[in-house]
Amino acid sequence: MARMPVQFRLNGTDRAVFVEPVETLLGTIRRGLGDFAPKFGCGQGTCGACTVLVDGEPRLGCLTLSVTCEGRSIETASGLADGPTLHPLQAAFMEHFAAQCGFCTPGMLMAAKALLDRNPDPTRVEVVEAIAGNICRCTGYEPIINAILAAAQQRGARRA
Amino acid sequence: MPVNLRIVQGLQEAAEILAGDRAAQMLGGGTLLVRAINEGAMTEGTLLRTVDPVLLAINAGGARVELGAGVTMAMVLASRDLSYLHAPARGIGGPAVRTTATIGGNLFAATPYGDFTTALLALDAVVTLHAGFGGARAMPLEEMLANRARGGVGLVASVGFNRPAGADAFRFLKVARVRPKGISVLSIAVHLPQNAGRISGVRIAYGAMGPTPLRAKAVERVLEGRSLDAATIAAAKTAALEGTQPATDAIASEWYRREVLPVHLGRLLAGETS
Repeated sequence: MARMPVQFRLNGTDRAVFVEPVETLLGTIRRGLGDFAPKFGCGQGTCGACTVLVDGEPRLGCLTLSVTCEGRSIETASGLADGPTLHPLQAAFMEHFAAQCGFCTPGMLMAAKALLDRNPDPTRVEVVEAIAGNICRCTGYEPIINAILAAAQQRGARRA
Repeated sequence: MPVNLRIVQGLQEAAEILAGDRAAQMLGGGTLLVRAINEGAMTEGTLLRTVDPVLLAINAGGARVELGAGVTMAMVLASRDLSYLHAPARGIGGPAVRTTATIGGNLFAATPYGDFTTALLALDAVVTLHAGFGGARAMPLEEMLANRARGGVGLVASVGFNRPAGADAFRFLKVARVRPKGISVLSIAVHLPQNAGRISGVRIAYGAMGPTPLRAKAVERVLEGRSLDAATIAAAKTAALEGTQPATDAIASEWYRREVLPVHLGRLLAGETS
């Protein structure tokens, strides 16, 4: 079947690509556009390693067809840092040793960003719920939860 | 032939394609069908996608509630009018699944998935179907689920039901081994309207206790017309397993599901679960 044209914004930059009709957003971002931050983990919607934001909402790149993203704004972990300055979440993940192998980290960061953009002062329970769809086999989650709470605190202090 | 994608404007056109092509399936959020493609379980056929705004409609302010089949779990959670459905909506995957998983898709989720459908079954929901000819028609969800098992349902456009009688009249419990996100061992939804201290018009549904979500009609017969006291709950627990056909899968054995169902039903009826 003929490839289909799709246009969307990826981390603030307009992109236009031709995709296979049932190509996933993850495949387009990685293979088509060369952004390797979101990872392919399970392909079943279970691990969350492919989590990206679509118009600010967390979505699984492995289950989202690219053609459904026409005109949308896509954010990946590649777009978090501002040049050499890390995003507060990235800095907090580093400071709190929230990454070991790092495979889950881009998905965790985007799930956390979706939470903090909507709820700047989350409780611990809300953080746990926000990353419930993201599996980490290294850290045991505690450093990740602590990092997200710390990033929220830091952002709150910056606003005060 | 690889999997094909057709994008159509309206429900009627989609329904006509579905009626004429047995290999065609409606694409909701993709949590079932795109997963099947990724796993190699779906290698040919046609996915139909429509952007008809009717599918995203939520009319939940009045006594009669109507939800489009394309309404996502995240949209349900964002609606204060649908607070009684927040527990089953929150039980579907993690946040990134809930932004895409639709009510319509959940109606077709194989056991042990389909917890939201369990809730709708306890609300005596009616689905609006487009079969490709003769326009839309209404069908009780219970009948649709029976047809689903046989194949060939048509296009589900929306789901309608009456708002529960009161804040405590509708209860839902999902039992999972992993929290906060885990696949169901089982789920139970209870609609318990009461009139002068007597249960009237009770509906109880189970998820993961059969090939599709199913009504617990024996329990309903036990509860109907009685007051909700310890003796009634004990009688309900005794009848809890009648009509169930749980399966053994990676989540739980058939034996385990049978063992724990009466316990959880009793707790839910007694209001002992959060």
